[in-house]
Amino acid sequence: MFYREVGQYKSSYPADQAIFPLSNDRIGVMIILLIAFIWPPLSGSQYLMGPILTQLLVFGLAALGLNLLTGYAGQVSLGTGGFMAVGAFGCYNLVLRLPEIPIVIDFILAGLMAAAVGVLFGIPSLRIKGFYLAVATLASQFFLLWIFDHVGWFTNYDPAGVASAPTQTFFGALTGEGRALEFLAPIDVIVSGPNATPETKYVLTLAVVVVLALLAKNLVRGMTGRAWMAIRDFDIAAEIIGIRPLRTKLLAFAISSFYCGVAGALYVFTYVGNADTEAFDLIRSFTILFMIIIGGLGSVMGSFLGAAFIVLLPPFLNIVASNLGEGTLSGAALANLELIVYGGTIVFFLAVEPLGFARMWQIVKEKLRQWPFPY
Amino acid sequence: MKKIKTIVLSLVAMVVTVVPFSVSQAQDMEQFIPALVYRTGPYAAGGSGFFGGFEDYMALLNLRDGGINGVKLVWEECETAYNSDRGVECYERLKNQGEHGATVVHPLSTGITYRLIERATADKIPLISMGYGRTDATNGKVFPWVFPLITNYWSQNTAKIKYIGMQEGGMDALKGKKIANLHHESSYGKETVPVLDVQAAKYGFEVKHYPVAHPGLDQKAAWLDIARRYKPDWVILRGWGVMNPTALKEAARVGFAADKIVGVWWSGAEEDVIPAGKAAVGYVAAGFHPSGSGFPVVEAMLDIVHGAGQGNISPQRVGTIYYNRGLVAGIVTTEAIRTAQGKFGTKVLSGEEMRWGLENLSISAERIDELGAAGLMAPLTITCADHEGGGPVKFSRWDGSQWVEVTDWIETDKSIVDPMIMDSSMAYAAEKGIEPRSGMSMGSDCG
Amino acid sequence: MDLVDFLFFVEVLVGGLLSGIMYSLVALGLVLIFKASSIFNFAQGALVLFGALTFVLLTEVAGDFWMWTGWLAIVLAGAAALIMALQKLNVDGSAVKQFSDKYLPRMPIFIAAFVVIVLALFIDGGQNMWRAVFVTMLLFLMLTTAVQSPKWAIGVLLGLAVIALITDGAVTYRAFAVTLAVVIGLAMAIERIVLRPMVNQEPIILFMATIGLNYVIEGVAQGVWDADVHALDIGIPDIPFDFYGVYFSQFDLFAGLIAAALVTALAIFFQKTRVGRALRAVADDHQAALSVGIPLKNIWAVVWAAAGIVALVAGLMWGSKLGVQFSISLLAFKALPVIIIGGFTSIPGAIIGGLIVGATEKLFEVFVGIPFLGGGTENWTPYMLGMFFLMFRPQGLFGEKIIERV
Repeated sequence: MFYREVGQYKSSYPADQAIFPLSNDRIGVMIILLIAFIWPPLSGSQYLMGPILTQLLVFGLAALGLNLLTGYAGQVSLGTGGFMAVGAFGCYNLVLRLPEIPIVIDFILAGLMAAAVGVLFGIPSLRIKGFYLAVATLASQFFLLWIFDHVGWFTNYDPAGVASAPTQTFFGALTGEGRALEFLAPIDVIVSGPNATPETKYVLTLAVVVVLALLAKNLVRGMTGRAWMAIRDFDIAAEIIGIRPLRTKLLAFAISSFYCGVAGALYVFTYVGNADTEAFDLIRSFTILFMIIIGGLGSVMGSFLGAAFIVLLPPFLNIVASNLGEGTLSGAALANLELIVYGGTIVFFLAVEPLGFARMWQIVKEKLRQWPFPY
Repeated sequence: MKKIKTIVLSLVAMVVTVVPFSVSQAQDMEQFIPALVYRTGPYAAGGSGFFGGFEDYMALLNLRDGGINGVKLVWEECETAYNSDRGVECYERLKNQGEHGATVVHPLSTGITYRLIERATADKIPLISMGYGRTDATNGKVFPWVFPLITNYWSQNTAKIKYIGMQEGGMDALKGKKIANLHHESSYGKETVPVLDVQAAKYGFEVKHYPVAHPGLDQKAAWLDIARRYKPDWVILRGWGVMNPTALKEAARVGFAADKIVGVWWSGAEEDVIPAGKAAVGYVAAGFHPSGSGFPVVEAMLDIVHGAGQGNISPQRVGTIYYNRGLVAGIVTTEAIRTAQGKFGTKVLSGEEMRWGLENLSISAERIDELGAAGLMAPLTITCADHEGGGPVKFSRWDGSQWVEVTDWIETDKSIVDPMIMDSSMAYAAEKGIEPRSGMSMGSDCG
Repeated sequence: MDLVDFLFFVEVLVGGLLSGIMYSLVALGLVLIFKASSIFNFAQGALVLFGALTFVLLTEVAGDFWMWTGWLAIVLAGAAALIMALQKLNVDGSAVKQFSDKYLPRMPIFIAAFVVIVLALFIDGGQNMWRAVFVTMLLFLMLTTAVQSPKWAIGVLLGLAVIALITDGAVTYRAFAVTLAVVIGLAMAIERIVLRPMVNQEPIILFMATIGLNYVIEGVAQGVWDADVHALDIGIPDIPFDFYGVYFSQFDLFAGLIAAALVTALAIFFQKTRVGRALRAVADDHQAALSVGIPLKNIWAVVWAAAGIVALVAGLMWGSKLGVQFSISLLAFKALPVIIIGGFTSIPGAIIGGLIVGATEKLFEVFVGIPFLGGGTENWTPYMLGMFFLMFRPQGLFGEKIIERV
């Protein structure tokens, strides 16, 4: 009833191959995007925009990056935190040392740096598979963080090793007085640093994430995505039908790391405002792997659903626990209960639906198609 | 059916997630203080001990005096698990609660302090990082909202070198000595590297830094290098959590004497030495307060708060180092509230009023006596330019069952720390485009 | 290289090898489970923490804990006897048949819930009562529902009651016996409740499930017991002794002996016993093993029980080395490179891997890391080593060769 696809005929190939071939999906996505762009800034709630939505988007993007690698190309990686750190510290240095560059270009360059590092650490994937590969990618995680901890240049010799996002405007320093892009100054806004408003940061994050998510959606249904899936499903067979494993796997590592790198840069510039290596530790890599497993391997939307689940569950449990537990349970008991419920929920969802939220969403769609007349 | 159930369940969960965003209405005359606590995870002992003392002290004031001049103290815990992201989330969630929002925030983590400095500045909420956090925030002109009260890391470090100098027979005797700095590899651990280098140059000793990665289990190699190759006269232990007992044990294993190891105050709690057993006997740690439950205020807390069954920690841990640290934090916080009430009247204070209270805070020796905390803390005076108060440091030795004070209060060396804080904070101001508040040099009021 | 340098080298090498053995203790548990069920059990670290915490708390708890445990155990043993009686009555045509067919399997859970509700509503026994409830209920539910043997439940619970109420003096032995039962119970409960329903899932899903479990066990361990730091003294002094100019740690040597004993015991168990033979069959091929009549489920239960024991031993060793505290559960990260080097399925591999990891990271840190790189290299060298190792031997040193065909 609510989700009818009857009567939608495709009369041309482009129509059939659109990203969202169904008008229902198209309209739905647009409405969601519209709400996402308008409602939070209007609500003015910093809590909603900052720790809830921006965090969700940043980690959703990182999860999407990992999903391209693990969900589509079948290469399990536990080095996400390391690649995010490359993006984060890369972007920090770009903005610090070359303030002329517009921030969006900084994000892209930071992503490319992460991609280069990703390719380097993706080389072992040619020989190692499965868990062995996952554990081997931990090398990148530990090694990269160690580098950022030990080479002071990356954090501009901060005594505590904290990279703090400088104030930067959208178009960069070129809009300054007498510079090339001065005419853009009136529409230029501060997007990072202490003076940026939460609204700007949120909208910028959302815009970057939406663009990259659409790109990913496009990527996975084209040649590249199909090659990845072939490698994932059976690498030897894929090789026989003419897919080059070297190129395909490394491309997956590159693009995945690109996404993670941009996510890391967003983390520093639009979410927290500063970061040290602790922000990209091993636990981070594990959480992001969690996100894509809970959300659904091989699904763009699933990455974001999983991120929402993992990002929102701890504060949710915390709020519920502190409201319920007032006076009845000690703080320690509540904190431990929270851990138990967190872990338990993860196990529960894995047991009930190992294909994740993305699969659940599909089931819902199927039900909606017929509801309220199931037969 | 099972799957549909699950879907419904998850949807309900999602919907309910949104509901708690609505903030509950606070009642009249309640001063709200968020507690960014950590009761789980590798550093749980610090979090539960500190907030145990802090909350017990607030409960004491509420039960015994009916709050501060009738204004009740209320607090809400938020579990951060010592994780910076969750710290930010907790801060953002709790900052608007209470009539005028959060009064002050104690992040109780150097990492979280760094995350919150810009946020608290924008929100006008004082951030108290007592004995941790960003050292150069001592310069209140550049960091008007951050208060590394009592003693910051750099000051403490000068006291430590003074202590070592005393043991060696004067600061001149330090020339040619070797000191190893074994530190946790995090923003907390790295914070004293620059000041040590400066001091080494000044006094002519040699220093070598040994980083140890989180959580601090891998120290064998570092200790082998220390004991066999570098052979320092002293080791400064700048550990946290499990790193501390591990360090003491590894030291014993390579035969390095524990009484040549001097710890920072985050390495000097009972929880840090008890697991090391005999290896910890003789180990000396700095502190800006001693342990012990003999102070009248601690006895009152045991009596009134724990007696009423409202304790926030198991009674066995009352009087331990972390507990007393929380207690000192409670005293400083509530005295600042009292000071601010003196200026703005008896009411619920806003963050800005609280900052005034902090910047005009002066706890004299008599006042400390009155509070029943004589010997627990040194007198303290905060000004708007000096957010530290230059508190002195005491050293205690672990005798196998308790901490025994081995020195009186040792003054810190401002002549080294102040110029460094000035340089570092001015560099920060330049980088961030902050205009320092007007006034003369440090220590004077900036009006 | 003069003598002093050489002795120093030897000391670092030996120190590294001995720390490596300590990693192997954790890695052994991982290998056991992976071998039998292809599950990469990340929760092993949490199990280690749980074992150590349980033991140390049981040596510290007040007497009322034991009183509660004893009486609860007697009550639950009675309940188990009741269930057994109902099973006996449950013959065809009997009047209770319908009733028991429907409710008997769920009986233990009803009983457990009933006892908990009664205690919660009417008795204010404090924390120690709930700890006692946890210990007794775990064993009761485990044995009646998962193992489905009320007979065992009666035996174990009565034994627990005897230990709790009568043996007053021997604190350490009492604690050890109870801890052993609880850890085995928990390990088997994990297998039964969480992993068995998920059998045939993708390995990565199972891996993630064990990470979820990791959180649950950490929460349970810190919730039932506490999150404080405890000292644990198992009576082995941790002092160095001088051996011709090289210092050895007595404790580490002892740990090495324990590991050797553990591996020997496991080897004998695998090679010489019936269950061990079945285990090897299962490790080779699940389906083939099933088809020749090997009871797969029992085997898994046995393996998890063994992993529980290994975790307890590792927990005691690490606990007395570092103090019993949360960070013990992070040891899983030190065990990971050990098994990628040694191979996921090889018990000797876990030991050799541990030796290689320990020696490499210490030697690298002392001779390269500290002098040239600023130190702190120990947490990535094993992984880097593992990565290069795998480039040439993708299945680890002793792992089963991976053969793929189209």
